[in-house]
Amino acid sequence: MSSILCPEIPSPGFSFENCRRNAMLEVKGHAMPKAQKTGTTIVGIIYKDGVILGADTRATEDTTVADKNCEKIHYLAPNMYCCGAGTAADTEMTTQMVASQLELHRLYTNRVVRVATANQMLKQYLFRYQGYIGAALVLGGVDSTGPNLYCIYPHGSTDKLPYTTMGSGSLAAMAVFESRWKPDLEEAEGIKLVRDAIAAGIFNDLGSGSNVDVCVIKKGSVDYKRTYDEANIKGQKQNSYKYPRGVTDVLSTKVVDIEEVSVRVIGAPEDMEIA
Amino acid sequence: MSILAYNGGAMVAMKGENCVAIAADRRFGIQAQTLATNFEKVFEMGPHLYVGLPGLATDTQTVREKLRFRKNLYELKENRLMSPKVFSAMLSHMLYEKRFGPFFVEPVVAGLDPKTYEPFICNMDLIGCINQPKDFVVGGTASAQLYGMCEALWEPNLGPEDLFETISQALINAFDRDAVSGWGATVYIIEKDKVTIKNLKTRMD
Amino acid sequence: MSLVVKPNFPDYQTAPVQRGFNPYADNGGSVVAIAGDDFVIIGADTRLSAGFSIYTREQNKLFPLSSTTVLGCSGCWCDTLTLTRILKSRMQMYQQEHNKTMSTTACAQMLSTMLYYKRFFPYYISNVLVGLDNDGKGVVYSYDPIGHCEKRTHRAGGSAGALLQPLLDNQIGKKNMLNVKEEPVSQQRALSIIKDVFISAAERDIYTGDSILINIITKDGIKEETFQLRKD
Repeated sequence: MSSILCPEIPSPGFSFENCRRNAMLEVKGHAMPKAQKTGTTIVGIIYKDGVILGADTRATEDTTVADKNCEKIHYLAPNMYCCGAGTAADTEMTTQMVASQLELHRLYTNRVVRVATANQMLKQYLFRYQGYIGAALVLGGVDSTGPNLYCIYPHGSTDKLPYTTMGSGSLAAMAVFESRWKPDLEEAEGIKLVRDAIAAGIFNDLGSGSNVDVCVIKKGSVDYKRTYDEANIKGQKQNSYKYPRGVTDVLSTKVVDIEEVSVRVIGAPEDMEIA
Repeated sequence: MSILAYNGGAMVAMKGENCVAIAADRRFGIQAQTLATNFEKVFEMGPHLYVGLPGLATDTQTVREKLRFRKNLYELKENRLMSPKVFSAMLSHMLYEKRFGPFFVEPVVAGLDPKTYEPFICNMDLIGCINQPKDFVVGGTASAQLYGMCEALWEPNLGPEDLFETISQALINAFDRDAVSGWGATVYIIEKDKVTIKNLKTRMD
Repeated sequence: MSLVVKPNFPDYQTAPVQRGFNPYADNGGSVVAIAGDDFVIIGADTRLSAGFSIYTREQNKLFPLSSTTVLGCSGCWCDTLTLTRILKSRMQMYQQEHNKTMSTTACAQMLSTMLYYKRFFPYYISNVLVGLDNDGKGVVYSYDPIGHCEKRTHRAGGSAGALLQPLLDNQIGKKNMLNVKEEPVSQQRALSIIKDVFISAAERDIYTGDSILINIITKDGIKEETFQLRKD
């Protein structure tokens, strides 16, 4: 029995109840809208003491910029982060879900979760959806086996690499890595290399832009440098467009006052009479 | 033409100094034909919390009802108001659940935190990817025009009166260059102690 | 997002395949023009791009046709090159036949005719023609790709046209405002507004950026100016 007060537990996973309607609309000639994409540059490298991840911060909807400073390096576990490119909602939600599964796994096994585990979870999840979940990821972290870097494609295939790039600016960024990456880079050198790779994507790929985010993961510590480099600053406006008051024609005005809600704590109820 | 543009509609929300504003047009139409000029797209979800749902009108109303149900249940269970942040997360997950058969709405949330009165704005795409900038968010069919207007007009630390003029001018001039939105506008200015709702006089063509 | 997924093995397909060829490219870019009483200003960004890549960051999209007329083009760049080449030779032919330079108004009419001549295989360009008319007043003519011509005081065209036009309507056309005086826009104000709208467009349109080239046309001739925009 279910009622409003005691609802049935909702079924987990995706709901397909609108699919038939939406397919009908599509047949009638209404184009399906596009979701927000992160035309992106994301990169990762292995350096001497760990892994460095990097990302730009632009999200686009077709040819307009929807978000100028979005966060593309997602938290997975205390020793693991994951950069996401592709459909923005997919990367966000997929990493959130895997992050929660990894935390449960950590509590269950009482060990630092391995990067290989996260990689396996992500690829199995993405493979199950046959590429329809448009998430292209760069997964990096440090565990008992040392630094690990994976590149995960939307269809569920993965690569284990010492340096990798993804997204629409991946070629620009890879050009920088191919010319300058070498094993056992120092931390400062590594950060510089990642910054330059992201900057190459920001300036030469129209889908990437704004700032550089960098995340350095070492054994036992994470240094998430949000807005490591502000590669582009908004131009200085020549005029102020502040209007004189009363310039807009108003038909009617309604003011709703909001009372301050006072909370009164009622004392503990008396014990029930059970004599 | 995309199904998101079937009924038309424009929406914008802006942050100000200790206040937020959300504004929308009032047209309801079917493609080029206008059917009503008193259609509400912005809904009250709490004393300091408003949500705008531009997009396909049937989904605007369906999502509004679903949100109202979930928000009321939360408030009954938890005995406290829903903060804009929690509300947005709930809406985002609700939309993402329908990843492969979405509702055709691109929500805009504006409000003040019930405890700290911190201004909050965000918008989402139709499958729930949250975008939370520091200045303004837009949605609907006139979004390109609104981006251009807001990018020039918005400045930090606008008080409620100045914020009203800025958001109104941004919206009106933007939807005058969009064929499927306009026909009047409503602006909500949300402050700590009051909400001011103003109907604007605009071109009706 | 159709529900029915048909198995697709392209290598084993026997049905005839139709190939398409798209003769047009979208090379982006935006043009803005504002006319005043004794001047006219036109600005265009200098980014030339295709898809997600930039061809060049310093492409001039303004074409001076005479000492008082300038044409701004954005859209398909190869069409722009062809159109302006023919326009320039037509200007020269007019000069040599009539022994005088073509006026801005005549030039505007000629452009419209030239565009409509290609009615069924148009030049895919958003054109904005500016200049001084026979009385020395600033004029802006805007066109659609097949030759519809409209005279106005301000115009934004190209990839960020939708973003820029409402602000011009508001600030130059004084639309939707109570208690404002209708007064002609000054040259300095017009110049600063053009720079501001491009700053806004560069923030939100991926095809607009790098820098803008501005031409200020007065009776004394054409003055050039550049202004830097963001490069991402």
